[in-house]
Amino acid sequence: MSDTCDVAIVGGGPAGLSAAVELRRQGVARVVVLERFGRAGGIPRHCGHPPFGMREFRRVLSGPAYARRLVATAEDAGVEIRTDHTVTAVRPGGVLELATTQGAMTLTARRVLIATGNRERTRAQRLAPGLRPVGVMNTAALQAFVYEERRKPFSRPVIVGSEMVALSALLTCVRHGMRPAALVETRERVQTRRLFMALAALLRVPVLTGAELLSIEGRTRVEGLRLRRNDGTEVTLACDGIVFSGRFTPEATVARASGLALDAGSLGPEIDAEGRSSDPHVFVAGNVLHPVETAGVCWAEGRRVACVIARELAAETAAPASRAGAAVRPGEGLRYVVPQRISGATELNIRAEGAARGRLVLRDATGRELVVKTLHAYPEQPIRLRVPALDAAALSGDLHLGLERDD
Amino acid sequence: MHLVHTSPEADVAIIGAGVVGCAMARRFALEGATVVVLEAATDILSGASKANSAILHTGFDAPTGSLELACMQAAYAEYMDIRAAMNLPVLETGAMVAAWSDEEEARLPTLLAQAQENGVTDTRLLSRAEVLAREPALAGHVRGALLVPREHVIDPWSAPLAYATQAQMLGARFLFNAALRGARRDGATWVLDTAAGEVRATTVVNCAGLYGDHVETMFTGKPSFEIRPRKGQFVVYDKAASEHLRTILLPVPNDRTKGVVLTRTIFGNLLVGPTAEEQEARDRPDVTRPELDMLMDKAVELVPALRDMPVTAVYAGLRPATERKEYRVHADADLGYYCAGGIRSTGLTAALGIASHVFALWSGAHQAVRGAVNDPPQPVMPNLAEHLPRDYQIPGHDGIVCHCEMVTAREIRAALEGPLPPGDFGGLRRRTRCAMGRCQGFNCLARVATLSEGKLRADILPEGDA
Repeated sequence: MSDTCDVAIVGGGPAGLSAAVELRRQGVARVVVLERFGRAGGIPRHCGHPPFGMREFRRVLSGPAYARRLVATAEDAGVEIRTDHTVTAVRPGGVLELATTQGAMTLTARRVLIATGNRERTRAQRLAPGLRPVGVMNTAALQAFVYEERRKPFSRPVIVGSEMVALSALLTCVRHGMRPAALVETRERVQTRRLFMALAALLRVPVLTGAELLSIEGRTRVEGLRLRRNDGTEVTLACDGIVFSGRFTPEATVARASGLALDAGSLGPEIDAEGRSSDPHVFVAGNVLHPVETAGVCWAEGRRVACVIARELAAETAAPASRAGAAVRPGEGLRYVVPQRISGATELNIRAEGAARGRLVLRDATGRELVVKTLHAYPEQPIRLRVPALDAAALSGDLHLGLERDD
Repeated sequence: MHLVHTSPEADVAIIGAGVVGCAMARRFALEGATVVVLEAATDILSGASKANSAILHTGFDAPTGSLELACMQAAYAEYMDIRAAMNLPVLETGAMVAAWSDEEEARLPTLLAQAQENGVTDTRLLSRAEVLAREPALAGHVRGALLVPREHVIDPWSAPLAYATQAQMLGARFLFNAALRGARRDGATWVLDTAAGEVRATTVVNCAGLYGDHVETMFTGKPSFEIRPRKGQFVVYDKAASEHLRTILLPVPNDRTKGVVLTRTIFGNLLVGPTAEEQEARDRPDVTRPELDMLMDKAVELVPALRDMPVTAVYAGLRPATERKEYRVHADADLGYYCAGGIRSTGLTAALGIASHVFALWSGAHQAVRGAVNDPPQPVMPNLAEHLPRDYQIPGHDGIVCHCEMVTAREIRAALEGPLPPGDFGGLRRRTRCAMGRCQGFNCLARVATLSEGKLRADILPEGDA
């Protein structure tokens, strides 16, 4: 079976749904959101805690309420949301291959937006040592247990990681009668503002930084986590579950299967400043580009890219434009910069390796300083750099984004 | 625990439901014997059989004239014979023993001669140019290879499940959580004390894998071999990796091990492993960081495009090696004791042949209560192979639960309601692929736990959860 539409959006989370709504507002007739799960809404569906929705709806909502509101807004705007529709690949020319409950189908769209989000790195991807018992999972699985299935997967877990999402895991546990044995961070300092970790202290959950994971214990179910503390002593934390939180990685399966150019730093698709991928029919927005930002940031990004798509479709020719601008290369100490190409004035989204104190400098190919910003960032802090419109000389070669450390 | 005192005496009690035990149960049931299978764990394939490289071997490099070679070759033929009826997949990859140095290149003609002597007559040497034409993604320093066209990739779990299911259809009983605690003779009968109650059988077949020597002691008083567990770790790369290699890549073997293999899996991934690490513990298949790093370094050395390729899974298994290289298959007909021990690495391929061999030993001294079964029932296994049509592609399913492996709710229900349903989460994963993919349950674990709640011997959710 084959079908057509104006814009097909892969993924019904905050970025995809906000783009869909904006496209409809701008008069694009047929906007179809393809959602692989039984319900749209994305990850907020099972983040049962506030704050969501400040930027979008000017009020504080829980994740599930926010997800419902996103879906309702899209439906009211005339967006067609197809759940249980899995996109397996986007072929050149905007042809989407779908797996549905009715078997394989294709959908041909004038433009495609990939908004497939991201996920936490698994125990396997981190090469965490030890046995492989039941009870090891990511925060998302824990929250799906609690908020979607109304079940407790364990009663005394250890949470590994110390990004914001670790606090989300911590709160989920505490609010639902699970008592974390510890929060364990393998790096030397917590991966968010130190202040946030006061929450763990408040809940009397010890935070162990600089710990080396030695082995996951338990032959059938998790029985413990053996680790070496930063003072060199070994300890086995008794626990019946382990949550590997954070260290997000893009859900780039569709992008990869579609042959889009991927960025070695972000591991997501490369885009230009307008959100265009290496395939001129395909745009990208949200956390598949830059793990991880808040739902609000993804929502705003979806809207921004929707404006570009609507403008392009309204133009007489409606031929897809190619990726434009000069490439931005991140230097040592910087994990990624998105977008990977810039032309006009734009804002760069940057992540450093660990905490970063120093000068962030954008230079052109001749070494000329174009933009400078003083930086004092905690690990995993979303860093922004406003770049004004650049002259033709600056854009004539690759741009270099460097981190000049103070320490 | 409920005791099975009243159960009738079986012709054969098979100790262990690994791949060898499953094949053994099938063979004896096909021949008309009454069979009971005792498994210590909550599901079949819970020991050595759950972790292997899933290759159907030709035996080209097995010791000439060995029982191992005879079993592998008989089993290869039998697998090809039954696979259509049971819907067991084969990914026809062929294999190359690749040489990466002068020394290795110099050994290829010897390997070729051995392969020819072993009857694997379609093997031949490939020049460097031929190797690279066949596998352009290989590192340029490859020197040449021995091509083994009929080494293929199979599903390491659907095959033994099919053997067990067919055995059960023929009346074999499978007892789980039934660890053997002791055995005594009552006249001409073995009385087996198991964790699931007492079981009586005329004869026993020891297929206890990593515990083969312990089990033998219970019957003979003194084991004739010693299990020396050998750990093998594996890394499974993302499905995107499989485009870089079609042929199974084998190393030139050394004395101790077959070495590290790089191969596609039937599920569309690329696998590197195993390591070969001697250890004491029989129940600690730990994954360890330096060895996983070593495997990935090796993979990148052979196929440079694997650098930065995402990892989907890592696992480790223990192989029941012994103090000698060969299989430890022996019989004491008077005692009614048969042993298929020390099946350390070729068991997935050889199991059907080992089963026929042991049955031949047994039937020289014993008689099945019935004759061989004519026109036996054939279980048809659900297909999980990536290169063949999957359930999600067939209209009318009610949604995909695991999106990484594209597993439908319908498939999960079918497995849970199947003739030999999974006993634990691992068993459900092996039967359906759910939560086996790149997100490892990030998206589907909670849903799978709910779908399977109350249907496994060991639930995913902890006991006493509200």
